[in-house]
Amino acid sequence: MSERQIRNMTVNFGPQHPAAHGVLRLVLEMDGEVVERADPHIGLLHRGTEKLIEYKTYLQAVPYFDRLDYVAPMNQEHAYALAVEALLGLEIPVRAQYIRVLYSEISRVANHLMNICTMALDVGAMTPFFWGFEERERTMEFYERASGSRLHAAYFRPGGVAYDLPSDLLADIGAWNEAFPKVVDDIENVLTENRIFKQRTVDIGILSPQEAFDWGLTGPVLRASGVSWDLRRNQPYEVYNDLDFGIPIGTNGDCYERYLVRMEEMRQCVKIITQCLEKMPKGPVKVEDNKITPPSRAVMKESMEALIHHFKLYTEGYHVPAGEAYRAVEAPKGEFGVYLVADGTNRPYRCKIRAPGFAHLQVLDHMSRGHMLADTVANLASMDIVFGEIDR
Amino acid sequence: MDTAGLRDLGEHVATSLSDYVFAAEVRRDELAVDARADQVVRVLKFLKDDPRCRFEQLIDLCGVDYPERDPRFDVVYHLLSISHNRRLRLRIGVNDDQPVPSAVDVYPAAGWWERETWDLYGIHFAGNPDLRRLLTDYGFDGHPLRKDFPLTGYVELRYDSEQKRVVYEPVKLTQEFRRFDFLSPWEGASYPLPGDEKVDDEAGEAER
Repeated sequence: MSERQIRNMTVNFGPQHPAAHGVLRLVLEMDGEVVERADPHIGLLHRGTEKLIEYKTYLQAVPYFDRLDYVAPMNQEHAYALAVEALLGLEIPVRAQYIRVLYSEISRVANHLMNICTMALDVGAMTPFFWGFEERERTMEFYERASGSRLHAAYFRPGGVAYDLPSDLLADIGAWNEAFPKVVDDIENVLTENRIFKQRTVDIGILSPQEAFDWGLTGPVLRASGVSWDLRRNQPYEVYNDLDFGIPIGTNGDCYERYLVRMEEMRQCVKIITQCLEKMPKGPVKVEDNKITPPSRAVMKESMEALIHHFKLYTEGYHVPAGEAYRAVEAPKGEFGVYLVADGTNRPYRCKIRAPGFAHLQVLDHMSRGHMLADTVANLASMDIVFGEIDR
Repeated sequence: MDTAGLRDLGEHVATSLSDYVFAAEVRRDELAVDARADQVVRVLKFLKDDPRCRFEQLIDLCGVDYPERDPRFDVVYHLLSISHNRRLRLRIGVNDDQPVPSAVDVYPAAGWWERETWDLYGIHFAGNPDLRRLLTDYGFDGHPLRKDFPLTGYVELRYDSEQKRVVYEPVKLTQEFRRFDFLSPWEGASYPLPGDEKVDDEAGEAER
């Protein structure tokens, strides 16, 4: 037999592929149907957020955080607000803390719905997508009623939240919260014991706890590998310490368990939301200091002082004492951290955004080697990739 | 957070690595350690393996630019210990002509963050197997997060219908980029009224 040259095939996956979850260009080196190397090319959605923030006041920087992980915007603002509050040494009112926790959990539901339903879509199940997105739309209505916008809320601001909730909103959230577990059950009925879904996800992309540590993985991905680690429990912020909820963990660390962990987290979110609604106290929703938060409109009509405060706050902003702070929250995708360097002026000197998806996408090459091309899609979906936060 | 525990840990790190670590201080419940740039891998290895530290995860790695300072850049590592539930910040000072030993052998996760830091700040990481640009465009020139890189950049891109392709052009601004200086408060500025200059002069003379 004559000698034949065999060459690996290079496949471009994306950047316009619907299963690429945004603008990922994945260069795959294939040996037949088996992936030899996966090289993600990112940065197609790079908007220079960190650079822009250096040129904005601390308050003007808030909306940029909505545009990072646009699937669960408020969690990002939360990390930033915590970092600024740490530098200012602020303690925010209890009602504001409850509102923040309530909306963080609503965002988590919205995020997990998006992830689970698109993951099911990627591996061939269409129906959960329709059910999930109907509910996701409802969560965005709650966003809109609290902040005025469906997605880019700019609601968690340093010093509290932007406005108090409308009077009937809590009752409506409660009603939704009671009905929502039914939808989770429906999705679970369709997917969890589904033969095709299990064939596509069980034992695909297994990550051991050691691998999860080495590659900086956090959130549901880390927990699916069997590590009990949740910042809400281990390094509690706001009022998470007073709330009762469970942390689901997996044993095997494959795509299927990452799905299961997210499903259970949604049920735990329902539990946290119920407690928030019960325990939410009355009171102010931001610190009283008008150097940090604006005075109310009514006061501004009568008080010159308040008018000056308002003007100074929205032009010059507030000066933050020099120093550094790293604050992280348990965002739906994992640990979302903000590292702020302040130099004593009204603008951040440096604002580094630690996005969980960045580390999760980095491990894709490692976990996809030796898998089939179709498994790469399942791997990608199970890591919960959103490009807003990865490319920044 | 237990500040005392963090302080103890800081002392432990500073004494165990006294040749490589300049300082360890606790501020705002955060432990920050300053170390020598050329020995950073050794320091990271110690922090990962020492039973009192056990920082299993590299959470973040980034650069900070201080143009007036020598060394010009800080490289900041954020570590997380899951077994002890603690965080640590490791800072090293470097110049752009001085490569930093890469941390990929200790923490594989460092790979992309080092690529990003190289891309945005131009800091070299010796030993990183794949030090390509990460976030900026193919063929991008410069390091955009440096303080001397303009916010608006140097080039802009558009689709040219004659050439049937995307072309780069020098950036054209219809309005100058406006950066208001809020750091000079009204109270501090001196606006002498016309004809009133003498008041200060007389006061000055009287003092003399």
